[in-house]
Amino acid sequence: MMRFIIEKRTTKSKYSVFIVPLVSFAISLLLGAIVLAASKANPFAAYKAMFEGSFGNIRRIQYTLREAMPLLMCGLAVGIAFKLKFWNIGAEGQYVSGAIGFTWVVQFWTFLPPVLLLPVGLLMGIIAGGLWAGVPGTLKAQWGVDETLTTLMLNYVAIGYAEYLYIDHWKAPFGNMGTPKFPDAAILPSVWGRVHAGVFFALALVVILWFILYKTRWGFELNMIGKNPKAARYQGVSIKKNIIMAMLFSGAIAGLAGAIHTSAVAQKLTTGVNGNYGFTGIIIAWMGGLNPFGSIIVAIVMAALSTGAGQLQIALKLPEAMGAVLQGLVLLPLLAGSLFNEYHLRVIKKGAE
Amino acid sequence: MKKLSVVFLIVLMATSVVFAQGAAETKVQASGPMKIGVIYVSPPGDMGYSYMHDQGTKAAEAYFGDKIEVIRMEGVPEDDRAAVAMEQLVDAGCKMVFANSYNYQEYMLQVAKENPDVYFEHCSGYLKNDNMSNYFGRMYQMRYLSGIIAGKMTANGKIGYVGAYNTPEVVRGINAFALGVRSVNPTAEVRVVWTNTWFDPSLERQGAVALLDSGCDIIAQHQDTTQPALAAIERGKYAVGYNADFRAIIGDDKVLVSPMWNWHNYMIPTIQSALDGTWKSQEYWGGLEDDMIKLSEISPLVPADVKQLVSKKLDEMAKGTFDVFWGELKDNTGAVKQKAGEKMADGDMLTMDWFVEGVVGKVK
Repeated sequence: MMRFIIEKRTTKSKYSVFIVPLVSFAISLLLGAIVLAASKANPFAAYKAMFEGSFGNIRRIQYTLREAMPLLMCGLAVGIAFKLKFWNIGAEGQYVSGAIGFTWVVQFWTFLPPVLLLPVGLLMGIIAGGLWAGVPGTLKAQWGVDETLTTLMLNYVAIGYAEYLYIDHWKAPFGNMGTPKFPDAAILPSVWGRVHAGVFFALALVVILWFILYKTRWGFELNMIGKNPKAARYQGVSIKKNIIMAMLFSGAIAGLAGAIHTSAVAQKLTTGVNGNYGFTGIIIAWMGGLNPFGSIIVAIVMAALSTGAGQLQIALKLPEAMGAVLQGLVLLPLLAGSLFNEYHLRVIKKGAE
Repeated sequence: MKKLSVVFLIVLMATSVVFAQGAAETKVQASGPMKIGVIYVSPPGDMGYSYMHDQGTKAAEAYFGDKIEVIRMEGVPEDDRAAVAMEQLVDAGCKMVFANSYNYQEYMLQVAKENPDVYFEHCSGYLKNDNMSNYFGRMYQMRYLSGIIAGKMTANGKIGYVGAYNTPEVVRGINAFALGVRSVNPTAEVRVVWTNTWFDPSLERQGAVALLDSGCDIIAQHQDTTQPALAAIERGKYAVGYNADFRAIIGDDKVLVSPMWNWHNYMIPTIQSALDGTWKSQEYWGGLEDDMIKLSEISPLVPADVKQLVSKKLDEMAKGTFDVFWGELKDNTGAVKQKAGEKMADGDMLTMDWFVEGVVGKVK
């Protein structure tokens, strides 16, 4: 007879950070294979099709990278709040309000010279996202209001407001749903086919965040608050101030992601502005181990899953829902697996205690 | 033990990659069937809009047999991801791409310009290119007829209409329906709620429930699923379907009638012209003459004299002696939008952004 205990790791394994996600990914591929086989599809062919769909040619690689950018930025955004165990699940709303702020500037600030549209628009995206996150941050810091609820609910306020704007208030008289297309000066240029200049922002943010989190006093304070708020308080670290600061920063990044994606890809405020990047960002932050560099890889994997899913319909003629099922199956073991970064499983044989 | 399982899984993963390489199929087929991509906004399982498009696609598959091969992509969002989906279909070798929802049009135009050798067919929009047609049907004619039935069957003169988006197509349908209602019941009103989605079963139902709560005793709809109709029937009220024959699908005679599509009557000739090499870009808006639209069989609950009135009006429309947007029209603020004796031009119908008298609600 055997017994299993899950106990906290006393020393953090160097390898578990890499091995756990890899093993989890393998398990999810196996689970997916079972579902595929049950639907009478060849799992190997399906995975091959998905891989080809996301990396099969230059343009597909570009699409995957383009999709990875907002995911990465939202992952970075929530990651910084998670560092101090502030559960910001509102990146979706912060992303959307960044997109709204950007649209407001580039569509209505006609007094600006065209060269200023893009920088001022992006800045407004940053401010709008920051403010949207600052509200729950302040509520939490001042009155201890539960941030999971406030950040979650504010998502739906932002999404609903965006819908009101592009379906009604800012709607273009003709053409697709949404506002008129942005002026050319407000569109982030492409740097490599479908990959736009947002990639520089995303990569710069990775470096900046890594530096802040691991090399500055502020990063140290955030970490300390997350690990042991009491000790932090004894050290004279202001928890209130740090919560608000971290949330402003977090929302600003998500807002910038929304502004960039709306500028370069959607090129107008329209359906799809709530593309779930903010929600997926939560997963990316977790799976990346709250490490900015780790998030790059995870963001690309998640982006590949979504760009590759279309090939299931094309190459294997599977229904659309299968793509969503496989994406969900990838997440489950990965999230469950992240437990083993902090804990490990001990097997106790009976009588051996 | 743990390490062993880790090794096992890694090996398994590695082998799966190798097998995946081995399983490569031969793809090159120069002179096989013509590949046709079809993009749906919702899954065909919606039993409504995309379902009827898929009936058209299936009819074309049956008709052409091994001369064509259809690749379906369903539930494609109406944003930049639509362009990605269309490019993937072109990559997969499609020589013709259909897309069935309004907001695909800008993305289709963009992909069409980049792929001049592929024929593009967009349903329900107005954009066009040398290699891109747009097509739709005069559904408003059937909406008008279903309005006659609703106007005769309502007990309290309050009819609800669950609308998707405030696009000209939906507004036109609501107006035609309301004109039909008021032609037989001049004091009745048509109350509109917007869901801001083509396909969302729960939002569609919520819209119908709100209308029922406000006292409506018939629910009509411009939505992709049967949910608004179901909500009405569950409360013992009447429903007017859309797209498919809801009375047959739901199995309840309280579905009075459904305006329906016959997409195969466009798809088959269009695919034929592509196979023959005679395909030409066009703006197609077919009606009764092409059998693009029809009315389902009317419920036995509807009295015979109403059925006769409906078939009389249908007859007049087919002969061209009557149409929906002919004669004096007032908007719902009372302003005259069209003088007596005038006939509305197609262009005005395709950009309609106001409600006729008798509609309660706002376009914007």
